[in-house]
Amino acid sequence: MSFEENLSKGQFLIPKCTQCKKIIWPSSDYCSYCFGKIELKKQDFEAKIVEFSKKNDDYFCLVEIENSFRIIAKTYQTPTIGKIVSISKCGIKDRDYFFEIN
Amino acid sequence: MNKVGIAAYGITPFSKEDKKIENLLMDSVVDLFVKNPKIDKKNIEGVMVSTNNNSKYLGPIVAEMAGIQPKTTISIENLCNSGTNSIVSAYSYIASGLVDMVLVSGAERFDSPGQILDWDNSRGQFKHPIFWASLFTKSYKNHFSVSDEDLAIVSVKNHKQAKSNPNSLSNKTFSVEDVIKSKQITEDLRLLDCSRSCTGSASIVLASEKIMKDITSEPIWISGIGQKTTSAGFTKNNSFHSMESTKEASNTALKMANKEIKDIDVVELHDAFSVCEPMALESMGFSDNGKSMRMIKELHQTDNFKINPRGGLIGTGHPLGATGIAQTIEVVQQLQDRADSRQIDNVTTGLVHNMSAAATSSTVLVLEK
Repeated sequence: MSFEENLSKGQFLIPKCTQCKKIIWPSSDYCSYCFGKIELKKQDFEAKIVEFSKKNDDYFCLVEIENSFRIIAKTYQTPTIGKIVSISKCGIKDRDYFFEIN
Repeated sequence: MNKVGIAAYGITPFSKEDKKIENLLMDSVVDLFVKNPKIDKKNIEGVMVSTNNNSKYLGPIVAEMAGIQPKTTISIENLCNSGTNSIVSAYSYIASGLVDMVLVSGAERFDSPGQILDWDNSRGQFKHPIFWASLFTKSYKNHFSVSDEDLAIVSVKNHKQAKSNPNSLSNKTFSVEDVIKSKQITEDLRLLDCSRSCTGSASIVLASEKIMKDITSEPIWISGIGQKTTSAGFTKNNSFHSMESTKEASNTALKMANKEIKDIDVVELHDAFSVCEPMALESMGFSDNGKSMRMIKELHQTDNFKINPRGGLIGTGHPLGATGIAQTIEVVQQLQDRADSRQIDNVTTGLVHNMSAAATSSTVLVLEK
């Protein structure tokens, strides 16, 4: 299954190059460093808030994953910079990815 | 490499008009040719169109509608810096000797699809530019102890300057209090901190030194070009309170022009949101990091129009494909002493800064008399 097929089922997998072992984000067919093939790893990972702002009642946070790449995720709880979080919900809606953290 | 300059320009007022992209492009093309009768359409060897509009084959369409049969026609899309990318492409064709004269025309409708980068899924459901702008603003304020009131001065200054620009979308002046009390878009962004997507068109003719004297007595030369793309995705930026691509593009352009930042007399920079103005100024070296609000306040208090004399994107509006060309036209007018009430004294060197998608890509041009 592709990254997006997993994501649409609520699973966030880490894309890694089978050759150079680097995390490749966004997930792609090829590694952007060595053009190796990408495999998806189901693993625990560290996610940390590095910046945030708020629109209406929703916070949107820049979240750094495995000190490697960043996504923008929603949270209903007051965020703090440096806070370690986990992805509580993710998927694809109307062709857009969505991520929630707690 | 052949020397390349700007021979002529055409521009029409920015608006919210609902008009076909082809007709919009022609508005500024016609303005250019009517005001520059020495330019013979038969000698235009390239037609380049800058837009994010989804219409196809616009280069040949503009050529046909303008009665031109060029060697080369292309469309160039690079989101918000499509305009200066088109100018650099035209420059390259002429500098290489492939052609001697190119018409570059840029236009956008108010409902441009270029506002959203669908590919950038790292942004999750937060793909509208207000979200990256909010994160830039929060990061800049926190790192440099800058307040919302400080940043509001960018909007106040640029709306004030836009009032002297007959082509600008805005014709109003605002106070810091007006900006702060304008509609809260996010916790870190208010409506008056934002440039507005609009309908607009701007065209320019570039020519080689060989033919320049036959078509204008006031050429403006492109002496420096710098471009840098660090990524496509917003979250790949290394810093959220400075612009890495702008820094590299600016250094390259100044080096090519054999200039230092202190030599620059006038700047049109890409203030898509208030925070972009100090970030761009600092990244280009006009000030130390976190210190440029002092410069912006002083310019505003002394009515010095050095930075964004036409009102920038915030005051003038932001028709994506036309923006970089309109910025360039302003600097050309300043260098030709034709900027009317916006004119800055003793301008010999100007700079254009045009960027895309949260500064993931920047183009900087240095222009001289």
